[in-house]
Amino acid sequence: MSDELKTPLLDELEKGPWPSFITDLKSMADRPMVRDLLGQLEKSYRDKQGYWKHGGLVGIMGYGGGVIGRYSAIPDQFPGVSHFHTVRVNQPSGWFYTSEALNEIMDIWDEHGSGLTNMHGSTGDMVLLGTTTKELEPIFRALTAKDWDLGGSGSDLRTPSCCIGPARCENACYDTLALTYNITHKYQDELHRPMFNYKYKIKMSGCPNDCTAAMARSDMAIIGIWKDDIQIDQSAIAEYVDAGFNIQEYVIEKCPTKCITLEGKELKIDDSDCVKCVHCINVLPKALSPGKERGAAIALGGKAPIVDGALFATLIVPFIEIDEENGFEEVHDLLERIWEFWDEHGMNRERIGEFIERVTLKTFLEGIGVEPMPQQITQPRDNPYIFYEEYFEEETE
Amino acid sequence: MATTERRTDIGPPHYDKFLHPIIKENYGKWKYHDTLRAGVLVHVGETGSIYTVRAASPRLISTNFIRLMTGLATKYADGYLRFTSRNNVEFLLGNKDNIDPLIKELSDNGVPVGGLNNSISNVVHTQGWVHCHSAATDASGLVKVVMDELYEYFVEMKLPHKLRIAVACCLNMCGAVHASDIAILGLHRTPPRIDHSTLPNLCEIPTTVASCPNNAIRPTSIEGKTTVKVDEDKCMYCGNCFTVCPAMPMADPLNDGVSIWVGGKISNARTEPMFTKLAIPFIPNNPPRWPEVTEAVKNIVEVYAKNAKPYERVGEWINRIGWPKFFDLTGIEFTKYHLDDFRYAGTTYRRSMHNRY
Repeated sequence: MSDELKTPLLDELEKGPWPSFITDLKSMADRPMVRDLLGQLEKSYRDKQGYWKHGGLVGIMGYGGGVIGRYSAIPDQFPGVSHFHTVRVNQPSGWFYTSEALNEIMDIWDEHGSGLTNMHGSTGDMVLLGTTTKELEPIFRALTAKDWDLGGSGSDLRTPSCCIGPARCENACYDTLALTYNITHKYQDELHRPMFNYKYKIKMSGCPNDCTAAMARSDMAIIGIWKDDIQIDQSAIAEYVDAGFNIQEYVIEKCPTKCITLEGKELKIDDSDCVKCVHCINVLPKALSPGKERGAAIALGGKAPIVDGALFATLIVPFIEIDEENGFEEVHDLLERIWEFWDEHGMNRERIGEFIERVTLKTFLEGIGVEPMPQQITQPRDNPYIFYEEYFEEETE
Repeated sequence: MATTERRTDIGPPHYDKFLHPIIKENYGKWKYHDTLRAGVLVHVGETGSIYTVRAASPRLISTNFIRLMTGLATKYADGYLRFTSRNNVEFLLGNKDNIDPLIKELSDNGVPVGGLNNSISNVVHTQGWVHCHSAATDASGLVKVVMDELYEYFVEMKLPHKLRIAVACCLNMCGAVHASDIAILGLHRTPPRIDHSTLPNLCEIPTTVASCPNNAIRPTSIEGKTTVKVDEDKCMYCGNCFTVCPAMPMADPLNDGVSIWVGGKISNARTEPMFTKLAIPFIPNNPPRWPEVTEAVKNIVEVYAKNAKPYERVGEWINRIGWPKFFDLTGIEFTKYHLDDFRYAGTTYRRSMHNRY
């Protein structure tokens, strides 16, 4: 560590109106870890490349995930970051905190780590960024003493996460926070001890706006949906009309199935044609809300490009009741059937989306015991290469 | 710590203990919400209203920054705050009169309020050179320079519709940029450099061979030791082999850089979710402020802002006007790299006479 920290390139990132992470990091530069992180980052900016080694195997006794080993590739120059491990802490549903609870975690992190965090990681965890191997057990003990536990990493159930749901959204079609809490607690073993083919992410969004990006970012997207009619408050519609809001242009013409009409100040929806895109509900929040028969749709296989290309999740179950009274048993049952089939037939490092592509939807549905339905596809096949499994035989005497 | 008992598998605490009393009372009973001004929401429930002030955060934040936020939450929001899926900080206020003083104090500390509705919200991003072994660029720095340039679109709601930007520093896409209005994606452009002296000890050969999506990796023998070779003509520089085999590093300062993608969306509103598509195949890394990247992103935002209709996301606007016009309007050069040549390439070829002339 040189005596004086000089970061002329990083200093350029202190300019401009957006909050500067460099200014923030510099406020902690009296700590050797942060100081050397800044030093190494300055070198990266100069040389246009990173200086981190491929992750190493470190962890908490009894856990197979939750800690990501990280070491500097040039520890002689930056000994403060020779170890710079990440600790993933399982966030509360909906990322709600009190000042008191967050301050307690910050106290632990100031004592045992760099003091740097990501709030939050892409999967959902609170990410504590930068500590040494010998601090891992003390951090774990301090966190669990305050009722916090680690999140997932590696080929395991990754930390489930959800949107704000019924806590502050009128469009939530099921209790995303409760289901996330339930699944996280029920499957602690799967979350903490990697034993899958690859990672398995679950994200819960309360409506098709999908604020957790579950369709793109999770192996299992549980998206709130309703089956009956959109609820309309006609007096609120009249208020929108009277206020000069252009319902024709901004709502009716934007409806993907053209199932909305306005007669005078009365809005009519042919709900049998509604595809639950939620545009009209988004635009007219005071007048429209989802129907009363609510539940969720389940789609599988969303992922980023690695290995075989990016995929959106495929709709598998168009509607499932999310029944808290029943302990969410139907969701558990489906989830366990999926894991069992994937475990038996999936390959190493094969996400569920790639697995479905390889074995085909037909085989996959049979494997998990879900009936084929026209809702699961955009169109029936347009090629005639059909593998028939039933055929007639000549009757024998 | 006081406890000597070692607790494991306790899971996260119940969210109930972190909910504002007004939220608890109206849980599942919200009637509607309204936007009071940029960055400020009211949600009206059966027995009361909760006010939300949404503030920016660089996501990579210190305990100092978090203590600043918790201090403000204690002072103005009864001690309740949350984070959004795009890493904004949200203060949950029971008292409407605290909105202005909170915003003022945030502003005094250099933290803007906004990111709602027809604005650019916070940028989802990855670790970059700050903390990742496979990064082809930095993520936090790119976010900072891009949002400095687009600041006005965060604090005001003047776009045709919401616009979501994401940054990922390599194809692993921890930032899942593949369904964003505008994605900035770091990429490598040269094959891995194999370290044959360490590979046999560090890597499992069958796993390494199987990791390649294009079957470009084959086992081979060098000086009696089993190692691998790469068919460089087949390599797409995805770095998947490096993920399983540390002896195949990808970093190449001369050739690593950034690509720009457009037109993805995740919401089902109006149109189905869409992937981002390639706009600019490559811009060299030019830290600390990547001027070519900020200029390219700003250009796309401004052309979209000028040409799209209300409630059109970037992808919906492009679908209406067609890709030839998108390249025309933005002045972005169309190249051979825009033609897909991977798995489902054929699905992107034009197989009709539908074109605008």
